[in-house]
Amino acid sequence: MSTNQQTGTFDLGEASSVSELELQAPQSRGANYSVERARPGLPSSSAKRLAKGLGWFSIGLGLAELLAPRAIANISGVSNKHTGLIRLYGLREIGAGITIFAQEKPTEGVWSRVVGDAIDLASLGVAATNPNAKLGRVAFATANVLAVTALDVVCAMQLSSSTNRGIQAKGSCFINLPPEEVYSFWRNFENLPRFMRHLESVRDLGDGRSHWKAKGPAGTEVEWHATIIADVPNEVITWRSLEGSDVDNAGAVRFERAAGNRGTILKVNLEYNPVGGVLGAAVAKLFGEEPEQQLDDDLRRFKQVLEVGEVVVSDATLLGTGYTAQRPGQPASAKELESAEMLPSETATNYGSEGRYTER
Amino acid sequence: MRANCWYGKTMVSVSDVPDPQILNQRDAIVKITSTAICGSDLHLYNHFIPTMKSGDILGHEFMGEVVELGREVTNLKVGDRVVVPFPIACGRCFFCKEQMFSLCENSNPNAWMAEKMFGHSPAGIFGYSHLTGGYAGGQAEYARVPFADVGPIKVPDHLSDEQVLFLSDIFPTGYMGAEMCDIKPGDTIAIWGCGPVGQFSIRSAFLLGAERVIAIDQVPERLQMAEDGGAETINYEEQNVYEALMEMTGGRGPDACIDDVGMEAHGPTAIFAYDRLKQAAGLETDRPHALREAIMCCRNGGIVSVIGVYGGFVDKFPLGSLMNRSLTIKSGQAHVQRYMRPLLQMIENGDIDPSFVITHRMSLEDAPRGYDMFKNKKDNCIKVVLKPDWDRTNGANGRDESYTVVH
Repeated sequence: MSTNQQTGTFDLGEASSVSELELQAPQSRGANYSVERARPGLPSSSAKRLAKGLGWFSIGLGLAELLAPRAIANISGVSNKHTGLIRLYGLREIGAGITIFAQEKPTEGVWSRVVGDAIDLASLGVAATNPNAKLGRVAFATANVLAVTALDVVCAMQLSSSTNRGIQAKGSCFINLPPEEVYSFWRNFENLPRFMRHLESVRDLGDGRSHWKAKGPAGTEVEWHATIIADVPNEVITWRSLEGSDVDNAGAVRFERAAGNRGTILKVNLEYNPVGGVLGAAVAKLFGEEPEQQLDDDLRRFKQVLEVGEVVVSDATLLGTGYTAQRPGQPASAKELESAEMLPSETATNYGSEGRYTER
Repeated sequence: MRANCWYGKTMVSVSDVPDPQILNQRDAIVKITSTAICGSDLHLYNHFIPTMKSGDILGHEFMGEVVELGREVTNLKVGDRVVVPFPIACGRCFFCKEQMFSLCENSNPNAWMAEKMFGHSPAGIFGYSHLTGGYAGGQAEYARVPFADVGPIKVPDHLSDEQVLFLSDIFPTGYMGAEMCDIKPGDTIAIWGCGPVGQFSIRSAFLLGAERVIAIDQVPERLQMAEDGGAETINYEEQNVYEALMEMTGGRGPDACIDDVGMEAHGPTAIFAYDRLKQAAGLETDRPHALREAIMCCRNGGIVSVIGVYGGFVDKFPLGSLMNRSLTIKSGQAHVQRYMRPLLQMIENGDIDPSFVITHRMSLEDAPRGYDMFKNKKDNCIKVVLKPDWDRTNGANGRDESYTVVH
């Protein structure tokens, strides 16, 4: 794919994993192109929001069942001899609610609600056979439970289907240059290692394809081939890795003209399956390699390279900006300088006096 | 080289550290001839500002001679005598172009730490904790100065170090505190704190056209220095500040108030004890007594200028007084680069000689003693200047005998 006025759709949200993107070949849609849709990976967030709502519902209903079982029996039209049982159901509801709030991704919590719904429906079925039951009220309660069950099932399925989604990170920054300049700097992927601390090198293979090399966890090195999916000059670039990569990944970067022509608002979304899977990502986090933090730092350096001409370092941040990487605020010895991950001299662009970057 | 490093709460020591090197192409290396201890260094010394790391070199008020330049710095030459502003500013971002240099977007590589604390990050600062960048400070023999094409200002040879050193911080800071008051002829300005920055606010307020300046403190020699500068004074240990100010202004209150105190305010016993306890327990980071009083005392529709340093969160903030009486709060770390040239011009014109504030001169090697004297106001200490090449036989305390205190 070339850099010409080529458009395409790219929505990781419709693919359940990065590798499925392969199937979503870019299509030329002309005016239908929507920059908003170029945002990869979002579906689990709406399911999570729904799960939270269900969690509150669980706790509310649970408290009502626990504290006012007679009222609940009355509303549902069942005999009020079973207040003990209703109280137990209340405890179950509260338990499900707590599970939902305790989990980062409450898949099990919501499935436990589905099981609870089945028990409730069965109980209502039994209650309806009781001669004292007020059938109209039982039917009303059953309809309500059915409606909630439907929501629970949808939510639980959404959460389950996105279980294998990779790590997602998004970030943005404001750059004091027009989108044209910001875009053209980024579009030359070989520039990216200048500000992305983990990238070793990027080689443009032409035809929208490129070869990437990065530092992995614990001194490893990872490589992948990537291809451009969509490339709208001065607006958006999206890419993803090809089959056989060490790290499956995809990303989108958007260039928005800031209000009042004050420059460019850059927005980046990344998604990747980390080396070593979820466990590897958890270990990396322990060492301060938070994906969003990393992206934020990379974007800050990107802004520095464009506005200032090179990455800005202080004595404390020669080895990185994380808590554990901080040196004391005093000059480094020659030996320490040698081990510095990224020296500004490797990032420099030669600035003209007019404040625009030029290639080294 | 030798440098004054922080090793823990009230622990500083002059140590051997590696010499600085050019890291960015717009860097300069400056051989320091004079460097001062700032009131805000005491916040670090007392460990009220988080993100300090053992071994950090302190100091953000310094000047000296350029000995090495990165290849992108074209406006300076090796051998130039320069004063270095304390905020580090790139000169090219949105805020630098708006002349708000202490808010530079590119000079703090640890911006993420400041974002966690403040929501957004201010500029990097020399020797001022890791949340403002983790740059080595200037209480040393040499310093690396980033963005040397934007910050440092050349000073003429006929002005002494002591006359121009304070262009690095306290003169512009005190001046900006007064400038934020939008002073109109006939205005009365009240100033909390007669430390070095307060002294410059007093003189700047007059330079900007104030008719009366009322200065508030409790240390006799500082009140004396304020009176020498033309201010009326209130000793808060002897008088109720609010009542005294209302009496002096016919019950209306001063037109504008400057808080030159900041986060470690002292005050009447009960309120001080309340804030000190909460601060010690970690329930508030700052003791805002001076700011509370400044707000309560300011006249309706007046301006409260906050130039004293705060670090975090305060308690019992009189927001109702602020809102109902149409007060305006203005604040900020001084945008020093904006003020250096005009203030240097004032020094050259003889409008002001900033060296009046110095009470002690000593060797860089004596920095720990300087901190102790300044913190505890021993020997009537108001401002300490450290000189790497100071002859240590020059008197026990480096006391400046030319300044006599009238008690």
